[in-house]
Amino acid sequence: MSNPASSTLDLAEEFLGRRTPMQRLQVTLHRYPYLSPLIVLIVAVAIFALINPKFILPGNLSFITQQTVVIGTLAIAQTLIILTAGIDLSIGAIMVFGQMVMANLAITAASNAANFGLPPWLAITIGICASILAGAINGFLIVKLSLPPFIVTLGTLSVFTALTLILFKARTIQGPEMPDLLKVMGVAIKIGAFQLMVGVIVMLVLFAVFTYVLRMTSWGTHIYAVGDDPQAAELSGISTKRVLFSVYVVAGFITGIGAWIYIGRTGAASPNADPSINLDTITAVVIGGTSLFGGRGTLIGTLLGAFIVVVVENGLALAGLDQAYRVLAIGILVIAAVALDQWIRKVRA
Amino acid sequence: MSTQTLAGEPLLSCRGIVKSFGRVIGLNGADLDLYPGEVLAVVGDNGAGKSTLIKCVAGALIPDTGDITLNGERRDFKRTQDARLQGIETVFQTLAVSPALDIASNLYLGRELRKPGVIGKVFRMLDKKRMRTEASQHLQDLGIGTVQSITQTVETLSGGQRQAVAVARAAVFGSKLIILDEPTAALGVRESARVLQLIKDLRDRGMPVILISHNMPQVFEVADRIHVQRLGRRSAVVTPQTHTMNDVVAIMTGAMTVDEKDQALGPVRSAN
Repeated sequence: MSNPASSTLDLAEEFLGRRTPMQRLQVTLHRYPYLSPLIVLIVAVAIFALINPKFILPGNLSFITQQTVVIGTLAIAQTLIILTAGIDLSIGAIMVFGQMVMANLAITAASNAANFGLPPWLAITIGICASILAGAINGFLIVKLSLPPFIVTLGTLSVFTALTLILFKARTIQGPEMPDLLKVMGVAIKIGAFQLMVGVIVMLVLFAVFTYVLRMTSWGTHIYAVGDDPQAAELSGISTKRVLFSVYVVAGFITGIGAWIYIGRTGAASPNADPSINLDTITAVVIGGTSLFGGRGTLIGTLLGAFIVVVVENGLALAGLDQAYRVLAIGILVIAAVALDQWIRKVRA
Repeated sequence: MSTQTLAGEPLLSCRGIVKSFGRVIGLNGADLDLYPGEVLAVVGDNGAGKSTLIKCVAGALIPDTGDITLNGERRDFKRTQDARLQGIETVFQTLAVSPALDIASNLYLGRELRKPGVIGKVFRMLDKKRMRTEASQHLQDLGIGTVQSITQTVETLSGGQRQAVAVARAAVFGSKLIILDEPTAALGVRESARVLQLIKDLRDRGMPVILISHNMPQVFEVADRIHVQRLGRRSAVVTPQTHTMNDVVAIMTGAMTVDEKDQALGPVRSAN
């Protein structure tokens, strides 16, 4: 004869062990946050290929990788920052600033405001350093003055944009004016009908390097810890200020590389380059399953997210839809991704 | 009622610690002595400055004035890391665990192990395998290895299991003294008993423990001496043998004062 207390416990235990399919999905997505963007990307590619077979031609696929390269690179920097529960609205402005520094230092045109004509490698190095400095300014304001990242980068977005226009007189520098090294990121390597841009390789290498850094080093672990619960991290002996500052500096470095890639990708250096790139990077990070509340997310998800943004734009265009519908689709995706994140965060053991 | 105390130098000694938060005075010249090998309970009403006092010892707060000496040497802790390097480990009331990280990462948070050789030095690669095996070994040694997997994230653990992770971290790394701030507050009866057993095990290993608790029966079960904090200062130090729980509550509220000669200001447990 079983005693009633233990049978109650058995019943409860059986109930505890049981999960509805929804709960199982929730737990799986919680453990592998990049699964949802992966599914979305595969479904999107399949649908667009069915609607318009041109979509999966090598020519269009190369075009998609070229469209992704700048968003993808900057999204690495954005991911690091969002993992610390911050956000960088100035990332596009820093990139534009960086590329204008590179281009203006490298050229010798008489029409230019300043006639530097530095060796291209030096111009690129200084451009990257300028981006690092810009990131450090963000980091300093956030860490030393304890200002919220949203406000700081909203301010520096304007500051860096204005600085670019003031220093470089709003003049676009055309491709032929610039030495080849500045445009090397845009060189395409032909693999059959597929064209692989050097910049795409650099982007993928950066993704690999920073995936390693996030997963396999103390600094990576500390980024997650700081974003997750800064007080707990501080009490655990992590210098949260040092981690935060270093993240903005490293983000500046990645943005500098992104600036170099941007020159190669567009074949010109324009002070009015792509103002929507900020939001595109945030969109890629969020669709990629990284939580805006910090402490949760992966770079592989961000890479998928960046491709989703471009694939949806490109696919809807090939399907003959108006630009407005593409913007609409991206908007819906962002809201769906954040809603999904909220649901996943409620998971229990 | 006078207590027989032994001769001995304190391991940790605080003198005249003052800590204010704006116009609120948290500590008003607080003293504290911890002798080698003993369990010192710190009790007091809400706002008496218990947590503030141990946060100063743990480096989480910097006192306005006052001296903290460890083994006779003056120490000024600016961060928890400073206290930690001196062998002082603390389990804070908030636990200070990172929910999104797994158990092993939490155990080694802030002092991760790196792979030996070039991979560790140049590429800074963490030795995740070693951290995981050692973490599960430590949890088992402490008798709190009831989690399914060491790679589980802490947010999937129950309150008691989280507490176990935090206590384990302190027990594994503390080399001079371990501070526990309300370690049983979130725990059930069975888990509380396990933490109390852990405190006794630590004491048997010769590890001094400072225990902050509201729970009088638990305090009387494990403490060698009881430090009663009141209005930001030390009101009295008594032992479970000379005073009752009611006496301690009376001292806490100010209804009773203890003559200095009746207090247990010196060590009562001979260090072995």
